[in-house]
Amino acid sequence: MSTVLDAGDIDRALSRIAHEVIERTRGADDLVLLGIPTRGVELARRLGERIAAFSGSPVPVGSLDITMYRDDLRLRAARALEHTDIPAGGVGGRLVLLVDDVLFSGRTVRAALTALDDVGRPRAVQLAVLVDRGHRELPIRADYVGKNLPTSLRERVLVRVAGTDGADEVVIAPSGGSEEPGEAPAGEASA
Amino acid sequence: MRHLVSAGDLSRDQALLVLDTAREMAALQQREIKKLPTLRGRTVVNLFYEDSTRTRISFEAAAKRLSADVINFSAKGSSVSKGESLKDTALTLQAMGADAVVVRHSASGAAHRLAATGWVDGAIVNAGDGTHEHPTQALLDAYTMRERLGGDLAGRRVLIVGDVLHSRVARSNVLLLATLGAQVVLAAPPTLLPVGVEQWPCETTYDLDPQLAKADVVMALRVQRERMTEAFFPSAREYSRRYGLDAARAAVLQDGAIVMHPGPMNRGVEITAEVADSARSTIVEQVANGVSVRMAVLYLLLGGALQTGSDPRA
Repeated sequence: MSTVLDAGDIDRALSRIAHEVIERTRGADDLVLLGIPTRGVELARRLGERIAAFSGSPVPVGSLDITMYRDDLRLRAARALEHTDIPAGGVGGRLVLLVDDVLFSGRTVRAALTALDDVGRPRAVQLAVLVDRGHRELPIRADYVGKNLPTSLRERVLVRVAGTDGADEVVIAPSGGSEEPGEAPAGEASA
Repeated sequence: MRHLVSAGDLSRDQALLVLDTAREMAALQQREIKKLPTLRGRTVVNLFYEDSTRTRISFEAAAKRLSADVINFSAKGSSVSKGESLKDTALTLQAMGADAVVVRHSASGAAHRLAATGWVDGAIVNAGDGTHEHPTQALLDAYTMRERLGGDLAGRRVLIVGDVLHSRVARSNVLLLATLGAQVVLAAPPTLLPVGVEQWPCETTYDLDPQLAKADVVMALRVQRERMTEAFFPSAREYSRRYGLDAARAAVLQDGAIVMHPGPMNRGVEITAEVADSARSTIVEQVANGVSVRMAVLYLLLGGALQTGSDPRA
């Protein structure tokens, strides 16, 4: 198991993404951040705070549960639902920035785009991820990436954030062994 | 969880999972598009041997909001009136590929029989069997209590009043509420308490009034008017005087206490119109919550792969 990003690296990555978002959206004035549970929600909240601090105007942050929209529901036992929280004002006509921890097959993002369809019609949708580990199964790419991390399918990427796991770090572990939260193991449709 | 036959089958964690899932489902009702793609391609059969518009519509709405295909089967005017057995009907449903069968039957144990025999591979949901159980009603009642009382039901006092003998709602509620840690008191005339009630995880009393001030929830059960000719109590008037929820009794209740009724109501018998339409009453909410709770149950039973050793579809 090796640590790829420590707390300081994650901190700097989020600050850089916040600046990039402000630059690309020219001030981020109609921006809405939606985190994908579980860890995407905390990352979205932190990113939102930074964008608000750098741009000087508040940024609404919510969460978007994609469980009911997954394409692998029938492959596993039913999962508990996470919380969807669309900020007041909705997403209609606004720029939605989806935030997740790991981008892997792309299926989670596809599910999120479908879920977003049922919530409203954004002006545009962008994607920010802390780690892009490759192995895409769908034509999806992120607009903002904390770190590109070329991985083998035999490896797992574990993202830990302080609010859920007590510490900020990204580690690579060999696949197999105990199932841990935040991971994106090979062959799964998560991330 | 493969079937939902009895409220007593649910562990505390499973019950809380259903209630928390229902809460997320309820949030969906506020959205413009009240539909999820989750059960696309799945078939839910509403197998109703007994009339029940409310429950059937509630299950139908729940299944449709999850994008399942719904087949409504009512025994009236079907081959059941020609003498077809439950087994043959079940085998027909199996041949048609039912993923879930929501069954309402006048015989206690019908749902259990379907779940235990393996006539159908799909999940069995008990929507009321005779005087036995009605678990989704108990879940929606618990959900309504949680929403109104603000969270945990542990230590709350729930008073269930009336015809416990004929009520599947009462039995399911007692089992579920005990699992969730609430204290349940059944208040009924001696003739309307079932044999063996002392084995249930609850208290019983014949005297309603001393219980009112202590209750967080008062649930009136429907007096089954069709059975009134039998000598369970002298007259509707006398029943109403001793066990009916009226304004005087409602006035004794604590400030935050709520009044529930599974419906349909006999206004003026077990509950007066004044109480039924008061701010304490949750009767209309119970109906709305029923759809969310049934969506949660269908999602948890069908939303993933069924985890049984013999199921080839897993």
